[in-house]
Amino acid sequence: MLDTQDDGYMTADGRKIGGVAMEMRNITLRFGGVVAIKDISFDIRWGEVRAIIGPNGAGKSSMLNVISGFYHPQEGEVIYKGYKRPRMRPYEVARMGIARTFQNIALFEGMSVLDNIMTGRLNHMSSGFLSQAMWWGKAAREEEENREKVEKIIDFLEIQHIRKTPVARLPYGLKKRVELARALAAEPAILLLDEPMAGMNVEEKEDMCRFVLDVNDEFGTTIVLIEHDMGVVMDLSDRVVVMDYGKKIGDGTPDEVRNDEEVIKAYLGVAHD
Amino acid sequence: MLYREAGDFKTSYAADNQTFPIRFDRYGYYLVLAFAFLVMPMVISDYWANSIVIPFLIYAIAALGLNILIGYCGQLSLGTGAFMAVGAYACYKLMVAMPGLNIVFVVVLAGLVTAAVGTLFGLPSLRIKGFYLAVATLAAQFFLIWLFTRTPWFFNYSSTGMISAPTRTLFGYPVTGPSASAVSVYLVCLSFLVVMAWLARNLTRGTIGRKWMAIRDMDIAAEIIGVNPMRAKLSAFAVSSFLIGVSGALFFAVYLGAAEAGEAFGIDKSFLVLFMVIVGGLGSILGAFLGAAFLIVGPVLLKMLLVNQFDWSSDLAAHLEVMIIGALILAFLIIEPHGLAALWRTIKEKLRLWPFPH
Repeated sequence: MLDTQDDGYMTADGRKIGGVAMEMRNITLRFGGVVAIKDISFDIRWGEVRAIIGPNGAGKSSMLNVISGFYHPQEGEVIYKGYKRPRMRPYEVARMGIARTFQNIALFEGMSVLDNIMTGRLNHMSSGFLSQAMWWGKAAREEEENREKVEKIIDFLEIQHIRKTPVARLPYGLKKRVELARALAAEPAILLLDEPMAGMNVEEKEDMCRFVLDVNDEFGTTIVLIEHDMGVVMDLSDRVVVMDYGKKIGDGTPDEVRNDEEVIKAYLGVAHD
Repeated sequence: MLYREAGDFKTSYAADNQTFPIRFDRYGYYLVLAFAFLVMPMVISDYWANSIVIPFLIYAIAALGLNILIGYCGQLSLGTGAFMAVGAYACYKLMVAMPGLNIVFVVVLAGLVTAAVGTLFGLPSLRIKGFYLAVATLAAQFFLIWLFTRTPWFFNYSSTGMISAPTRTLFGYPVTGPSASAVSVYLVCLSFLVVMAWLARNLTRGTIGRKWMAIRDMDIAAEIIGVNPMRAKLSAFAVSSFLIGVSGALFFAVYLGAAEAGEAFGIDKSFLVLFMVIVGGLGSILGAFLGAAFLIVGPVLLKMLLVNQFDWSSDLAAHLEVMIIGALILAFLIIEPHGLAALWRTIKEKLRLWPFPH
């Protein structure tokens, strides 16, 4: 199925997937005696929707935390854009074009929706301290330019009506959407989504699926996604990594993974018929 | 209806972002400014200036400063009194060392010195949070006051251990020292407060303010979005200490005239400013003003009411005043834990629908 002659492959629905954006090489992550991730390697290609699945405690979120620079693996290396990434603080990783959302929403509850999303634009704003203190010149100009970008994302995710609402007052589903908006505002090259559909009803899930696909389609953003809903994973993703007890037990297109015996045994359950 | 929020449409993001988006609020603000600058100097008496208005103006600057640190950046500090002392002593040393330097520059420089000291004592915030940080800043409070009372260099070896402000003039009028008139002192403090509030507002509505609030609300998410936590926290300490230093310099130079560190800038000052911030409302510029007004103007008004209207003896009134203010603080905090600014917001929201429940 994979067309590996080129730097990339064509998906079933005719999208062109590019070369390798990020490669995880033999990542091992330990917390004391607990091995959270054990010698895992996989790659993420430009423009694809890459899913990471596995039972609870398989190490999926730890993997995402390694990518976003929150955990530092004891062994292995992360290759990003062809270069080995040195040990970095999370805010440095953010500046390299990687944004993420969290499994249990991590919005800034005391700020309005607009301010939350504007925070996502931090790395695109560079006005100096004095300019901001006087609100003169670059600071005022930059604020307006970035507000315009943020308004586009607000339109895109259909949250115009809650623009000035404090985040603490929003229902769960909208909070998830605002968090996605904040991550999108950073205009990331790679977007990491940690269970974006967790705890949602069917309608909200469908909305979120549409947004994820639209983001990938319109902005060309590479998406790495952790999700428990198998239907969602199989529909959305181009390639899937399957983890169990910190080990990688499968990697391939949704169809390949679905028919992989080890995956079925470990995760989807043994077939009865 | 004079006051209306509807129908005030904005056509640009700049207009939507302004400090007073509602036209009526904006005019009210201009009116207050005009009144404070033009009418007050004509009518104010020395008693009113010295016991109510000038302390209010100076404490409002300190409350703004502490509100940036606690309300906006979420870093608890109990070192306010000591940082005010740093501003005062820096101001004194500069006034004595450079007699020709304009008092405005002296106060600003004193603020900058305090910003440097505040940043230094803010370093523990990179490792510890919350109550533990409060205890660390408490160390700053005790250490700095000890330093200022025990090191004769700071009070120029004066036999009393006090520092006293020499006379300095601004536009020909004396603003410090014994010959300064209440009106000129009032105008100096008011101008500083207006400029400081303007700076604080600008900083809190832009990128830096959002970084502070992001650290306050969820530091992990802030870091993942690209906020450098060290720079955000230390800049909050610096800006906050700058404002507190300016207020300390004004408190010593133009208000008290002479001061001794342990007496004027003890731990009770730290708590007083902290209470202003909490009662007024964390994370609100308006809150700093309301808190300072409540804790400075409130007791004086209450005393005047008890002594002049009810003819009570003044020591009985002094005791009762403390009890009543304490009870009022409790009452306000129970009605609205987020302070007077939040209470004001809630009242506005309720009135918008009044008299209908929905």
